[in-house]
Amino acid sequence: MRYAMAIDTKKCVGCSDCVVACQTENDVPIGYCRDWIVEVTDGTYPQLETEIRSERCNQCDNSPCVRCCPTGASHYSEGGIVLVTPEKCIGCAACIQSCPYDARYTHPKGYVDKCTFCIHRVKKGMEPSCVAVCPTKCMYFGDLDDPNSAVSKVLKTRKYKVLAPEAGTKPNVYYLI
Amino acid sequence: MREEIIISGRMNLGVDPVLHAWGWEISVYLFLGGLAAGLLFFAGAYYLLGKGDNYPAAVKKAPVLVPIFLVLGLAALFLDLHHKPYFWRLYTNIKFQSPMSWGAWTLMIITPLSMVWAALHIREWFPKWDWKFQWIRDLEDFFSEYKKHMAWAMVLLGVILGIYTGILLSAFNARPLWNTSILGPLFLASGLSAGSALILLLSKNERERIIFTRIDLILIGIELFLIIHMLMGFQASTQAQIDASHIFLGGDLTAPFWIFVVVLGMLVPAALEVMELRHIKVPVIIPVILVLLGSFMLRWLICNAGQLSRYLY
Ligand code: SF4
Ligand code: SF4
Repeated sequence: MRYAMAIDTKKCVGCSDCVVACQTENDVPIGYCRDWIVEVTDGTYPQLETEIRSERCNQCDNSPCVRCCPTGASHYSEGGIVLVTPEKCIGCAACIQSCPYDARYTHPKGYVDKCTFCIHRVKKGMEPSCVAVCPTKCMYFGDLDDPNSAVSKVLKTRKYKVLAPEAGTKPNVYYLI
Repeated sequence: MREEIIISGRMNLGVDPVLHAWGWEISVYLFLGGLAAGLLFFAGAYYLLGKGDNYPAAVKKAPVLVPIFLVLGLAALFLDLHHKPYFWRLYTNIKFQSPMSWGAWTLMIITPLSMVWAALHIREWFPKWDWKFQWIRDLEDFFSEYKKHMAWAMVLLGVILGIYTGILLSAFNARPLWNTSILGPLFLASGLSAGSALILLLSKNERERIIFTRIDLILIGIELFLIIHMLMGFQASTQAQIDASHIFLGGDLTAPFWIFVVVLGMLVPAALEVMELRHIKVPVIIPVILVLLGSFMLRWLICNAGQLSRYLY
């Protein structure tokens, strides 16, 4: 099992619903977020192109954050999801330094926190809350090993990219372009 | 051309707008660790070379300070941890791929070792020192038998600790400015240089001072070479690293880097040390303070510059 997400940059309008849904679902402390919106404008006026992306932890296959964690608090869980065990985390922030996507932050309680792909929902057969709430239905979630999952299907038909592939982390969040 | 980049919706404390997950604590920790590594290395090496009596400051006097530096360094590291009650988790496993982990274990071995060595030489500072209890005196005699083994361990662990202070940073490929293997040798050289400067300050022996002045000059030369080598390496690397190196080559931290690290921390003390060797009297405290300050600034600036360098946005 390999959980992955595909996000359609052509459909995303940058409404931040996914950000708020995540904050509510996961009790993210005020002033922090596990997912966020990036708007990139390329080109020279008048030939401009804008891309809007909803970003989060990429649940990388080759995660530097898991590698550098001195206590094993950061670890791979089922389906390749990278999780942090608060009771093992010493809050050294090595993993924050190691993530090329800056997807982690120190929770006010001291441990490091990040996106979990809403594993607590996924285990019950539901979608991650950001995927479920998206008004334009621009996110696809599922198991890459299952050819019939939403994410496998959309990756078969659409062009996609990952962010900063040169960082070598083998990310599992795909952006449809 | 990428004309504009707007980021919205993310404002995580310590991460945005610029990463500052590591503050002064880590720089202090790396500096004190490097200094302690340098002192231990020289003490062990010259003891093994049979120079204990020729170079008393290096072998006997300076290492007494090492446990203080290590404890202060560890205290700084502890301050940096955000989930303090769980710090003991560092010692429930060894993770070889995590520099933090093997650094913690190296310190776990090297700190008590340095304490024993310091205890054996405490009379260099307090000639009338008496251990009060017989069992401590017995322990002292016991460890005195193993000084040679301890010296070997100090040389080896000194090098590991010195390099580790650099590798801790260079292992992060997410921060292009840190991601160079030069950082290990550079921080080792800087730690050794800081160590030799402190020995210079403590030494009352003419011969020892000349030797350590020469050693420090060579180390400063190596550091300069490594810094130039590192910056040239960045220029020949990926865009992310070219951008990162601009922090020191025209960007935000250019002035502090060249002024505090290169000029005041290396070139000026080197010039003063050359004058000293030519018998022009310079108060030794000046080059020593400059070298120590330069060594700290090197770590402080690289620690901060790395957090300014990134792949995205
Ligand atoms: S995106 Fe960052 S935090 Fe998430 S798995 Fe990859 S390296 Fe780790
Ligand atoms: S902050 Fe926590 S999860 Fe991150 S590397 Fe340190 S111990 Fe591991």
